[in-house]
Amino acid sequence: MSTQVDPRVYVLETREISKSFGAVKAIDQLTISILREWLTCIVGPNGSGKSTLINLLSGLLPLDGGIVVVDNVGLRVVKAHASPDHGITRTFQEVRLFDQISVWDNIMVVLTERRVFPALLERAKPSHRDEAERILKSVGMWEKRDAMAQDLSYGQRKLLEIGRAMAMDVQIYLFDEPFAGLFPRMLEQVKSILKDMREQKRSIVFVSHNMDIVRELSDHLFVLDSGTLLAAGEVEEVLARSTVIDAYLGH
Amino acid sequence: MSIVTGALRNVRDVARDPRSWWQRSKGNIELWANLIVLGWALVFMLWRGGGFAITVGSVFAIWAILAVSLNLVVGYAGLLSVGHIGFLGIGAYTTAVLTSHASYEQLRTEAIPTFGWPFFAALPFSVLLAGVVALVVGVAFNRFRDDIYVLVSFGFAVIAFTTFLSWRNLTRGAFGIHEIARPAIGPWVFDGELEFLALLLVFLGLVVLIAWLIVTSSFGRVLTAIREDEQAIQVFGYRTTHYKLAIWVISAMIAGLAGALLASWSTFIDPNSFVLLESVLLVSIVILGGLASIWGSLLGALAFVMLEEGMRFVPFLPSEFIGQIRQVILGILLVLLMLFRPQGLVGRFKL
Repeated sequence: MSTQVDPRVYVLETREISKSFGAVKAIDQLTISILREWLTCIVGPNGSGKSTLINLLSGLLPLDGGIVVVDNVGLRVVKAHASPDHGITRTFQEVRLFDQISVWDNIMVVLTERRVFPALLERAKPSHRDEAERILKSVGMWEKRDAMAQDLSYGQRKLLEIGRAMAMDVQIYLFDEPFAGLFPRMLEQVKSILKDMREQKRSIVFVSHNMDIVRELSDHLFVLDSGTLLAAGEVEEVLARSTVIDAYLGH
Repeated sequence: MSIVTGALRNVRDVARDPRSWWQRSKGNIELWANLIVLGWALVFMLWRGGGFAITVGSVFAIWAILAVSLNLVVGYAGLLSVGHIGFLGIGAYTTAVLTSHASYEQLRTEAIPTFGWPFFAALPFSVLLAGVVALVVGVAFNRFRDDIYVLVSFGFAVIAFTTFLSWRNLTRGAFGIHEIARPAIGPWVFDGELEFLALLLVFLGLVVLIAWLIVTSSFGRVLTAIREDEQAIQVFGYRTTHYKLAIWVISAMIAGLAGALLASWSTFIDPNSFVLLESVLLVSIVILGGLASIWGSLLGALAFVMLEEGMRFVPFLPSEFIGQIRQVILGILLVLLMLFRPQGLVGRFKL
């Protein structure tokens, strides 16, 4: 790829992480390394642990075992509220906006002060307003800013959620199925957003089932199956492997 | 400012063409809720005269302070607490004990310490003690959400009531505390009902201002996000437990303030003022007016007090049933409201 950085710089690694739900091993001793400033895609059949992996990396679920390494710092416990400090933000597979507040507030809320007492005294700052305006315009939701998030269409909600993640100034963006259920026009919009973010030297991990998009966008590909790593590497090369075809594409 | 200019524009439009105004506002339930409740209150007060208006106004102010404080927790943060009456009681008893100068040495009654402080010295302690208790309770409550939260706050209300009833050498138990001091600034004592009403309204204004500052701050926005999806907002770097604890303590302190005012206004309190039912009525007021709306809480409190007091004047109604019937009516109102207007009279947010 055309990146200037040494391709061996890892921004996010997992070392033998595990997660079980009862008897089901959703993630089983998984070790992967995600490269800085690359667009990384995770594919795999349903139930292969893609969403669980993203939930573990963002601290939404506690690890059963293993270590997550962010910028060469090993973490046994990832706390959800600490994930932006580790440079991680995310979107959700099932869109999770703040439904009964406005589109504007949905963006503003991730820009403002985190600590309780300063937040009590903080009114809307011009810098936050400008940033929210820029984000809303870039995802094409500026006209909708006063609408409640629950009144948006599915595609608009998906876009707003991506915008909310973009409003976070972090290094790693985890997008859980950003293309699912979108019409072609919005699909192109999300694609160009992801490409722009790569231009801005952000590291992006996304989950997708759409093989055309995976081929078009990904620099690097991981294939998960039953919570383990089936294959990793260059997109075309990985997709050509017979194990991958058997496990995923063959059906 | 925009409210004023908006109102002026409305008046001008009506003057130009009353019919079009009627067409536009016919379906505006919010406007009608405001008109009906405010109109009803005004007509009622004019009909019953000054003394009635002052009493009703005072009762309204205390309920309104309470409703605004509870709305911060229920409407904005999404924590359905039915234990708020406990903080009212803590505030009321703190003021009662600290200001009481009567000696209770008579036969068959409990003797309690008589500090004899002035009201304005006891007030901060009422507020603080409610806040401290809320801090301790809140740390435990932070583990819970939704329906479990209702249950644990229910437990708190019961514990608070039992404490007021049983800690007899501090609260005199069921005898209650009499002769609670009225506020005084220097030689000027708030003896008259009208002066006290003015004081209550000043405090109500203060509480509304504080609540407005909170909900329009960045903090307030985060509260609404916690209400909508606590996990999601955590991922963006917020320690939601701190936020929930902060608003819980602030809200309890305002309830403690209401308690201090209630004690001084009525000059007598006993544990029956702080039973769970009162707490449920308070939740009803907040839902009736509208969750996540400060104006809604004021309107809900006004509607409730008008309903409560208004029942006294219904003809053919035996006076011994008034108390029960107003609860029946409030219950029916709430059921209808949940069916047809779940966001309350002027609210935006649905449970």
